[in-house]
Amino acid sequence: MSDLRYTKDHEWVRLDGDVAVVGISDYAQKQLGDVVYVELPAVGKSFAQGAEACTVESVKAASDVFAPVSGDVIEANAAVNDDPSLVNTDPLGKGWFIKLRVKDRGELAKLMDEAAYAKYVEGLDA
Amino acid sequence: MAPRTTPLHDLHVALGARMVDFAGWSMPVQFPPGIIAEHTHTREKASLFDVSHMGQVALSGPSRVAQLEALVPGDISGLAPHRQRYTMLTNDAGGIIDDFMVANADDYLFLVVNAARRDVDLARLMAHVDGVTELADRALLALQGPLAATVLGRLAPGVGSLAFMGVGVFDVAGVTAVVSRSGYTGEDGFEISVPAEAAVEVARRLLAEPEVAPAGLGARDTLRLEAGLCLWGHDIDETTTPVEAGLGWTISKRRREAGGYPGASVIARQLAEKPKRSLVGIRLDGRVPARELAQITDASGAPIGTVTSGGYGPSIGGPIALGYVDASHAAPDTAVGLAVRGVAQPGRIVKLPFVPHRYAKGQGS
Repeated sequence: MSDLRYTKDHEWVRLDGDVAVVGISDYAQKQLGDVVYVELPAVGKSFAQGAEACTVESVKAASDVFAPVSGDVIEANAAVNDDPSLVNTDPLGKGWFIKLRVKDRGELAKLMDEAAYAKYVEGLDA
Repeated sequence: MAPRTTPLHDLHVALGARMVDFAGWSMPVQFPPGIIAEHTHTREKASLFDVSHMGQVALSGPSRVAQLEALVPGDISGLAPHRQRYTMLTNDAGGIIDDFMVANADDYLFLVVNAARRDVDLARLMAHVDGVTELADRALLALQGPLAATVLGRLAPGVGSLAFMGVGVFDVAGVTAVVSRSGYTGEDGFEISVPAEAAVEVARRLLAEPEVAPAGLGARDTLRLEAGLCLWGHDIDETTTPVEAGLGWTISKRRREAGGYPGASVIARQLAEKPKRSLVGIRLDGRVPARELAQITDASGAPIGTVTSGGYGPSIGGPIALGYVDASHAAPDTAVGLAVRGVAQPGRIVKLPFVPHRYAKGQGS
């Protein structure tokens, strides 16, 4: 199993020390369809858990991406800025959005692990 | 209430479509390749769209031409047999109740109306026109793209003789169909009305042709937006007139002079004096799409209008929008800003369509 944690809004987060890498799930990119633009926050911006952090624009609509944990932005993925389709082709890898310096690792306990998220998504499709 | 399904519903699901509720119908928004791939396929080859959610209506009363002309600004009496044209039901203020295609099918007028407006349209038609029948037992397929005529010609010899906006009855893969050379993509193509029970067979035969792929409502929307074609409920509605929407070309000289339809005085005045606002195309300089309801500002930041349709144009390779602006700011090349999340995204007004139409040339034979 991976060490990803998921939110009910379909963001994922992977913790590496006190740095959280944030992206959207494969389910989310499938729901959105072709991604054409990702609006990323500036480095240094601070977000509380659940705050609106990024916007992802698909052909059809704009969707908000929320910070899965509280933290300060230390990097925004320049690659998805250049090629937004990475969100579709590699959502859990090259298609990541931002890296956050995490304030409270305990917040991750509120999130779902891979198995719980898979079950959650199954319930949405039923 | 569960959404209604078209005869092709199970086929869409089997093809991996993502189904959405659209105007009370369960419709495919996209297939596995996705909107951009479906859009590009339509511009390069041929795509099959299910548009069976649209209302098909026959007017067969003896006074159908005069009775319909009393409801629309279009020239119906000048509509030759086997020809189709685009017009709209108007209200007393000149607003658009719905826009639709009407064909002269010899012994009846054949209308294709928007799914979201079929009940409103039927009520209005039945109140004013004799012999109104909803053809609820028919499905409608659209085959669109530069190879559509080649493909359909294999299954329905003779369709190549149809001119743009021509209509005829053809045998399509053994099924008697009413075929028109028209569509909603800006490309050459056909709309094919078939009995509901034959729809799956006709769709399967078309999809079996190597040039054809299925496409959903998502691609239909990006294609029509690039083609500068209005979508009712967004770019046009009961508060916008045909003149404001740039649809004055649908009103012939005779109908401009004689009037005789709801809102004729308002529309005649706007044709003479120019309307206060106009629907325009806007090409954004950057990559941020502006969506419906985004505010349009002039170079100084003053509000001049509102976006009515906006998104990414796959063939343009960037964001485009339709919107109403004050007539004084409607000239091509005017610099504008579109407000997206509090930031004015720069763009400029461009002539429509964004992507040139490539309809069939000539009058057919």
